Amino acid sequence: MAGIPKRKLSAGHRKSQRGTEESPFVKWLLITVALLFSLVFLLLPLINVFAQAFAKGFTVYWDALKHPNTLSAMKLTLLVTIICVPLNVLFGLAAAWAITKFEFRGKSLLITLIDLPFSVSPVVAGLMFVVLFGLQGFFGEWLADREIRIIFAVPGIALATLFVTFPFVARELIPIMQAAGSDQEQSALTLGANGWQTFWYVTLPSVKMGLLYGTILCIARCVGEFGAVSVVSGHITGKTDTVPLHVEKLYNEYQGAAAFAVASILALGALLTLGLKTWLEWREAKLEELAQQAEQAITQ
Amino acid sequence: MSIELKNITKQFGGVSAVNDVSFTVADGQLVALLGPSGCGKTTVLRMISGLEAPTAGEIFVRGKRVNDVPVQKRNIGFVFQGYALFKSMSVADNIAFGLKIKKWAKADRDARVAELIALLGLKDLEKRYPHQLSGGQRQRVALARALAPKPDVLLLDEPFAAVDAKIRQELREMLVNLHHELNVTTIFVTHDQEEAMEVSNRIVIFDKGRLAQIGTPREVYEEPASEFVARFIGVMNVLDCEVREGVARYGELEFPTHGVTDGQRLRIGFRPYAVQVSNDLTAHRHFAVLRHTYFLGVLLRLELELPSGLIIRARMSKEEYARLNLTEGREVSLQIRQYRVLAREGESLPPEVSVTHSLSLSPGEGI
Repeated sequence: MAGIPKRKLSAGHRKSQRGTEESPFVKWLLITVALLFSLVFLLLPLINVFAQAFAKGFTVYWDALKHPNTLSAMKLTLLVTIICVPLNVLFGLAAAWAITKFEFRGKSLLITLIDLPFSVSPVVAGLMFVVLFGLQGFFGEWLADREIRIIFAVPGIALATLFVTFPFVARELIPIMQAAGSDQEQSALTLGANGWQTFWYVTLPSVKMGLLYGTILCIARCVGEFGAVSVVSGHITGKTDTVPLHVEKLYNEYQGAAAFAVASILALGALLTLGLKTWLEWREAKLEELAQQAEQAITQ
Repeated sequence: MSIELKNITKQFGGVSAVNDVSFTVADGQLVALLGPSGCGKTTVLRMISGLEAPTAGEIFVRGKRVNDVPVQKRNIGFVFQGYALFKSMSVADNIAFGLKIKKWAKADRDARVAELIALLGLKDLEKRYPHQLSGGQRQRVALARALAPKPDVLLLDEPFAAVDAKIRQELREMLVNLHHELNVTTIFVTHDQEEAMEVSNRIVIFDKGRLAQIGTPREVYEEPASEFVARFIGVMNVLDCEVREGVARYGELEFPTHGVTDGQRLRIGFRPYAVQVSNDLTAHRHFAVLRHTYFLGVLLRLELELPSGLIIRARMSKEEYARLNLTEGREVSLQIRQYRVLAREGESLPPEVSVTHSLSLSPGEGI
């Protein structure tokens, strides 16, 4: 190196460009397009929701929120969330456990089934329940005889929501559990732990971040689900309207400000979820970094 | 008798991983299960632990049949290849886990953890998490965790594979010392013959799911039961000889043997240390040219080419090499002081075939 004149080297360096790199023009163009797109299609509408919500002043906003029908919709949404999230957490854990720890016939079918709600349109999902439990449906007569109401009632809404939010926890856990393998669990077994102890002390702590993450996504979807719920709810104001249904109804009744006021609550929830999710990711990355630093400090 | 395996077979989806294996491990022994990867040794270890169930055959621990005893009830300590420490628990909690499960009182638990921390030199690391430990430290935590509930048997799967050479040496010594101190029956799996020779007092060698030989390190080295064992344990020159006039021959080399008939083919094996080399061309019957010298530390390995083109490997100390004034390309004379007839793979040797020359090794030689 010493024999090469320094100036010549740096001049050559300035001109050269790595083959894998785009030209600065293309790079900035792409960045600008991406930023503009997010601004126009994501950020502006979100800001607009809040702007519209407060367009007729804070009183109108506040009145819309404390209206009995809005409160009832919120209660129903909350109820459905409280029913669905724990069930899907349980199911997600069980399914992820079964898929990653056991070999069995029909495993790939189970994986496909878990993904089904992702690929089926929520409206179709809702219709499926109507066909099953509606008055003219498969079990309709049997249910009517016993005066059990599922469709156009809370059970139907809960079922539809449950279906749509089915994959969130399981999908989040499966890759984590697959990566972790079963060595830690086997260790626990050799140390005398039974299945439950192994799950509680070893498996659960090692997937807790993923579980939390999946649960957050599940909650977000429970609160925001529209299509499937819309089909089975029957839109009975103050009874079977969830928050998203209520927003639509208000909007269709030309109560724009009220609709946006209620929508702003949903948007706020979404922002909170996003914030929480980002924070969790950031924390995970930070922990990872710390672990790596510690590892380096030890090996040095 | 501590552990006995009787005709153990294990099949995975119709493929035999372990085939009709029987052996016993006496109380307090330190045994190595040795073999190339995929030979079934880890499966045997896992069947002893109860993590895997044999397809056929029986396992006895202290005379009691344990086939139907679940892993939790076998009172074994198991150290996994990747250690499998509980990532979300501190070092102390990892070690205490088995005690907690077995419902030891808190005071006893703390005392036992402190004892193991001291025994394995883990002081001041109690509060660390596995990701904050070096490979050697993780290994020691895994050992401490396995030993904490006072197991009857300690099982280790490739315990030293994941650490670098220097740490590996330390850990080997530590295992030997631990075994000496605790006298717990210990079985470990390894693919490294040197490790098996150094650490264990008995070696069980596997070849393609079958038992190839059991013996002390010296026995398997000096009296390999088959060509596979001979080649796997250390370096061996193996020649496919033909018997003529009652003597096994390969080119100009002759190996007098008992109980053979003319026309028969025999595998003759000899270790590099058994080849005696001299710079005096009148000293021995055979001549060879020194083709290559490999420097192995205190010892050198020589590649000698005989007039027929056959290359055999010999070995000598640095001092002897200097004394004989050897250089590559130089002509030497040689003789083979000790050799043995080897069974072919999967075959056993007919008892009437025997070796005439047999010198014993001096201690420390051969590995």
